[in-house]
Amino acid sequence: MTPSQPLQGKKKKGIREISPIDVYKLLPGTNCGECHESNCMAFATRIVNGELVIGDCPPLLSEENARTYKELAVLLAPMVSVVTIGSDAHHITLGGKYVLQRHEFTYHNPSPVVIDVHDLMSEAELLDRVRQIEQFSYNYIGRKLVLDGIAIRSTSHDPDIFKKAVKNVARNSDYPLVLCSFEPAVLEAGISEIPDRHPLLYAANHENWKIMADLSLAYNAPLAVYAPNDLPLMRSLVKTLLQCGVNDLVLDPGTFTENGLPDTINNFSLIRTQACRNNDELFGFPLLGSPISVWAGGEISDDVLKWRESVTASMLLSRYADMLIMHSLDGWVLLPQLIWRFNLYTDPRKPVSVEGGVKIFGSPGRDSPVLITTNYALTYFTVESDIKSANIDCFLVVADTGGISVESAVAGRIFTADSIALSLKQYDVQSFVNHKTLILPGLAARISGETEDTTGWKILVGPKDSSRLSPYLREHWPPES
Amino acid sequence: MNKKNHKNQLLEDQVLRIAPQILELLKSVHQVELENFTMEIGDLELFLPLGDRIDRSATGPVIPVPLKPAELIPDHFVQPAAIYPGRIREVTLGATKSTGGSRKKTVTIGGAIAPAYSDFSKKAVHSPVIALDVFDMPVNLPKVLKENVAEVMEDPAEWARMNVKKFGADMVTIHLMSTDPLIKDTSPDLAAKTVEDILQAVDVPLIIGGCGDPKKDAAVFLKVAEMAEGERLLLNSATLDMVGAKTLEPVATAAREHGHVVLAFTGLELNNAKELNRRLYEYLPPEQIVMDLTTVALGYGLEYSFSIHERARFAALMGDTELAHPVISASTNAWAAREAWMQMAPEYGPRELRGLIWETTNALTLLLAGIDLFMMMHPAAVLTLREIILRLGSDLHAPGEMDNDWVSVRI
Repeated sequence: MTPSQPLQGKKKKGIREISPIDVYKLLPGTNCGECHESNCMAFATRIVNGELVIGDCPPLLSEENARTYKELAVLLAPMVSVVTIGSDAHHITLGGKYVLQRHEFTYHNPSPVVIDVHDLMSEAELLDRVRQIEQFSYNYIGRKLVLDGIAIRSTSHDPDIFKKAVKNVARNSDYPLVLCSFEPAVLEAGISEIPDRHPLLYAANHENWKIMADLSLAYNAPLAVYAPNDLPLMRSLVKTLLQCGVNDLVLDPGTFTENGLPDTINNFSLIRTQACRNNDELFGFPLLGSPISVWAGGEISDDVLKWRESVTASMLLSRYADMLIMHSLDGWVLLPQLIWRFNLYTDPRKPVSVEGGVKIFGSPGRDSPVLITTNYALTYFTVESDIKSANIDCFLVVADTGGISVESAVAGRIFTADSIALSLKQYDVQSFVNHKTLILPGLAARISGETEDTTGWKILVGPKDSSRLSPYLREHWPPES
Repeated sequence: MNKKNHKNQLLEDQVLRIAPQILELLKSVHQVELENFTMEIGDLELFLPLGDRIDRSATGPVIPVPLKPAELIPDHFVQPAAIYPGRIREVTLGATKSTGGSRKKTVTIGGAIAPAYSDFSKKAVHSPVIALDVFDMPVNLPKVLKENVAEVMEDPAEWARMNVKKFGADMVTIHLMSTDPLIKDTSPDLAAKTVEDILQAVDVPLIIGGCGDPKKDAAVFLKVAEMAEGERLLLNSATLDMVGAKTLEPVATAAREHGHVVLAFTGLELNNAKELNRRLYEYLPPEQIVMDLTTVALGYGLEYSFSIHERARFAALMGDTELAHPVISASTNAWAAREAWMQMAPEYGPRELRGLIWETTNALTLLLAGIDLFMMMHPAAVLTLREIILRLGSDLHAPGEMDNDWVSVRI
């Protein structure tokens, strides 16, 4: 007998192999412009770049184009399917990956981070934790990073107690939910309380899959599949559940953090590699990582477990987890995850730099401060976000260092007295103000003397970090003449 | 129904129930050979497809109802053999007495034949190693870094010794920061003396960090290379700036003549990395080149470093020999992120912990992208990285953790 994998049928084209022509051939070809593109070919190009979706072509949505719409949907379907958890009003989306490595295209649907509560918490404890989950946020270069959902675990193993906990959480939060128990009766009690919330059911395993499949179908809720360190079982479960008609699956090959760590990293990698490189449809589902597993280990100190949870979470984010379930609510544990997730899901095709020039913040006058920084995107956005949040009226000269940060550009002799003089001249900075004082980043302090000599501007050495701009300006601006 | 009929009925039910699985199993089979099989013709019931003659008059359109499987449909998984034609070169750092140096231990990095930790059967020949930083003059460090080394900061040799003895460094990096013309502009002779002191103080291989000025670094490297004849130091670094300053050739030649290794440093740009390597090949063997593709802090562009390393490693394994060099990461750069050192609102935790987890996360992320050598600072980050490198490289697998039941545990 031949093995059933890789799956039968013609190999699906990867997103990088699809040409605009492949898409163009299936478009109406009327160049009607309803999509706001100049013609169908331009639309096709933006489609294969992932900048538009086929639903952006209004004629495609008409009944007569239903067949080609479907063909396009198949052509452009991601290698990892998309699963949504939650109500229409508030849901999270996972999966939808086209590629194994982000540089091949870009990653879609940043992995939701879901935090647990359990059903033996008192009502007050439960609601307090729900509030903490909802309120946790961090302002990162002007973006608000937050947690995404709540996993309710059944510690009681009692359907009635679980039902009550689900009710309590659902009444007080519209966050997407994950209901966790391996006992179908418990999960059923829970989901019957929230028939319209489409929670993720965690989880089907080799024993309970039949009833879990029924529950998933009855409530139209996605289903997690748990096959700890057992890829053949995972395939078997997925195949069986698909046969049952359950299509919204999330795969959990187990998160092991001690001796099993290499297995965990290996399983995640194999599943995703098979899905993206070998078009393996049984593995083409979102992956669930559970750094919360460290807490089942017990006996060590909380700080060690939190440390281990943080480390596991960030490794799983890098190794293809489309969703994480975590326990720690400590900022130092969560910040690296939320920031790394944000970074990992930015578009790698976007340039690392912003355009050079003079940026104007607030409503500066001719005596307002002039600052300078480099055009590395993250340097610029950090400075921009700090200036905005401190409401500073100023001019910011963005020097073109080829997208290199201040520190590296100084070390690499790109951000120098000469290049600063050139920027001042090129961007006609003098035309904005009636003074000749320039505030240099603190990290460029060592070139301040030269810069003063070369440019003829008075140089002030600013703070090393732009978060300190506000107190710095209070003390140093306007400068003593 | 008599007992026998009942039994037959049960059997028939069972057969029907597993029918879909049998069908599934037979899907891609063209021929079945049965062994030890006998049957009487009376056992056969023949179902012949009757085509058009099926009577459809009584029913409307037939809606297929999926037959729910009664048992798990078996499946299996055979890991496909991923073949990478390329291989990362092996580079040895440091030399013992028998190989022309004075180190007790040498370190060999590289040799990967598959992406890091992607395949148990294609494990890296050499585990990643860790170098700890030493500066040749007092520097501004975040408090949590400073407190570990405060007593030795004035004495690079002592600092190096502490890194090896107390923190278990595989290598030591000496940053000759004072040579920077914009800082102290100390002489190449003094730099060579500092390196000599450290060679005396520790027996591990050294990385020699310059100040970034292509002319001054060349002068310093030439002096150091000559003084430390045969030690296989890692000169950090050769850059494309040196091409403009006409100092690349002397530095690379000095490395070849005096038996050292060059670190080729470029800023997140693979074409530049390849160009620099091509230029270096003119003067020294590829086995004396390590790459630094730039490490940026988490929150400040780590994703660029992550992707550039994934790209470089994948290209190298696919056969691009110009990128098939071991790579180094300065995880210490993580401390540039404000989240690593800044006092923040209490919900974000003490900065002491944030700094440590920042350096650790930076290093672990790039470990997965294939880094062979880490330059680090904080002992706790070093410990974690070491533990995880050991774990990921070990043959111990998941026993006993299978029943890790986080679902119902009381935390």
